Amino acid sequence: MELSPLIITLKTSAVATLITFFAGIFLAYFVCNLKRGKTLADAIIMLPMVLPPTVVGFFLLLIFGKRSAFGKFFLQFDITFVFTWKAAVIAAAIVSLPLMYRTTRGAFEQLDRNIIYAARTLGVSEWKIFWRILLPNAGRGILAGLILSFTRAAGEFGATIMFAGNVPGVTQTMSTAIYAAVQANDYDLAFKWAMLLSLFSLIFIFAINTAVQSKSKNFG
Amino acid sequence: MVLEVSIKKNLRDFVLEVDFNVRDEIFALLGASGCGKSMTLKCIAGIETPDAGKIILNGRTLFDSAKKINLPPQMRRAGYLFQNYALFPNMTVAENILFAAVGTQAEKISKLKENISRFQLGGLENVYPHELSGGQQQRVALARVLTSHAEILLLDEPFSALDSYLKWHLELELAEIFKIYGAAILVSHDRGEVYRLADKIAVMNSGKFDALADKNEIFKNPKTLAATILTGCKNISPARKIAADKIFAEDWQLELTAKKIPDDLKFVGIRAHHLEHRAAAGENIFLVEVAQVIEDTFSYIVMVRAEGGKPIRWEVDKTFWREVAAEKIFLHFPPDKIILASD
Repeated sequence: MELSPLIITLKTSAVATLITFFAGIFLAYFVCNLKRGKTLADAIIMLPMVLPPTVVGFFLLLIFGKRSAFGKFFLQFDITFVFTWKAAVIAAAIVSLPLMYRTTRGAFEQLDRNIIYAARTLGVSEWKIFWRILLPNAGRGILAGLILSFTRAAGEFGATIMFAGNVPGVTQTMSTAIYAAVQANDYDLAFKWAMLLSLFSLIFIFAINTAVQSKSKNFG
Repeated sequence: MVLEVSIKKNLRDFVLEVDFNVRDEIFALLGASGCGKSMTLKCIAGIETPDAGKIILNGRTLFDSAKKINLPPQMRRAGYLFQNYALFPNMTVAENILFAAVGTQAEKISKLKENISRFQLGGLENVYPHELSGGQQQRVALARVLTSHAEILLLDEPFSALDSYLKWHLELELAEIFKIYGAAILVSHDRGEVYRLADKIAVMNSGKFDALADKNEIFKNPKTLAATILTGCKNISPARKIAADKIFAEDWQLELTAKKIPDDLKFVGIRAHHLEHRAAAGENIFLVEVAQVIEDTFSYIVMVRAEGGKPIRWEVDKTFWREVAAEKIFLHFPPDKIILASD
């Protein structure tokens, strides 16, 4: 069995999750502190989660394609996206971002506002509040968001196949490999990948639960 | 310490409009919940922004709508004590107190030690907030404020989350702190608390000061309906002036003699423990019927009424009531104890 789909899946989801992690926390903090337009900003960030992944993939194709201004700009430096490994990363990141953003924002908002106000009136800078109060107290939520995003990124199919294609050894992930195997009538191979992917997801869900529980013992 | 506040803010149900000065004193805002007293405190601390006006602390402008000055809470030096204490849950007691301390490391440590001993927190330095009792949490919150750079203390219902025994102990502690740190604004709905702790009292009603005076004055002569209720007067009746020294209390159906009656009199009040028992009729002495007797912890609450009138509450010592108990009694309304309110 060719193992490249496993390696590609792990690599793309790891890089995508890294991007999602920082982008999600930043967006959560940004939206929490918006004075107006909160609902609109939230809707835009959440869009990739509610749209069919094929639509997300199609938009990514339009935005990053060679005919778009964005694509043309990168073409000058010989950088293309469509049907490359980068596309798989972008697709996975966009689709998993809402999960990271939402769980982190929830964790931020769950924290008593008075704690933030107290820190402010005591003269503590916003930067210090973010690092020493907001993040540590939202740790559980952020960790849960991280694992959820990784699992989502690893299982990404629709946007990936539209935008990154299904090139064996390049962009073929476990989920696209299952599709290809079924198309080729190789049910054995499809079954193996499906089992592996299920096991993989199960381990991560288990990891979330353990992480959240062990963390909650520290402070009530 | 001098704080000058003159602000206006549109709220959902009313307009908050207050104007006052606080100088080296304990200033209390007394009012029912939702009257705008906490909002006033939040505007001073910079947690909320007024629509217009000015706030000046020790010569520093914290807020000025005309000059477009609005300092962030970090720069205001107003120490806010939250109702739920708002301790940082991920930090120990010592870390909470040190978090906002200013100065060199040595100065911080000495301030920490001073406040740990002042608030009897010795031995709890490495404990997390959720392991502390309500009283201990409040002491940590106070220690944290006093270790920071605060120039004034803002106390938002400091005892509301405590049981009455603990409340009393913390009140004693707070009174001690006020002696050292003599500048604070105390927000409360509890008249006893305010009377015991504050020097000056402002009674707030729907976003405005109903009355502002020295505490003895306000309890003796509340002048307005809201102040009369908030200072704990249980007997209030709509009233009108009928002669230079006579008023008619409509709910009670009584004609009372009083001094210095304002022409625009609207309400009359008498505190339940100011009524006096008499043996026979006379000026301001009326024969009333006992409608109900309720035994309270240390006194009897006797509800009485004149013919056709609504009940009046009289609080009387237990042994005394047992001696004079009857179906009809004579009660005296001392003219100097009658509260006259114009609005």
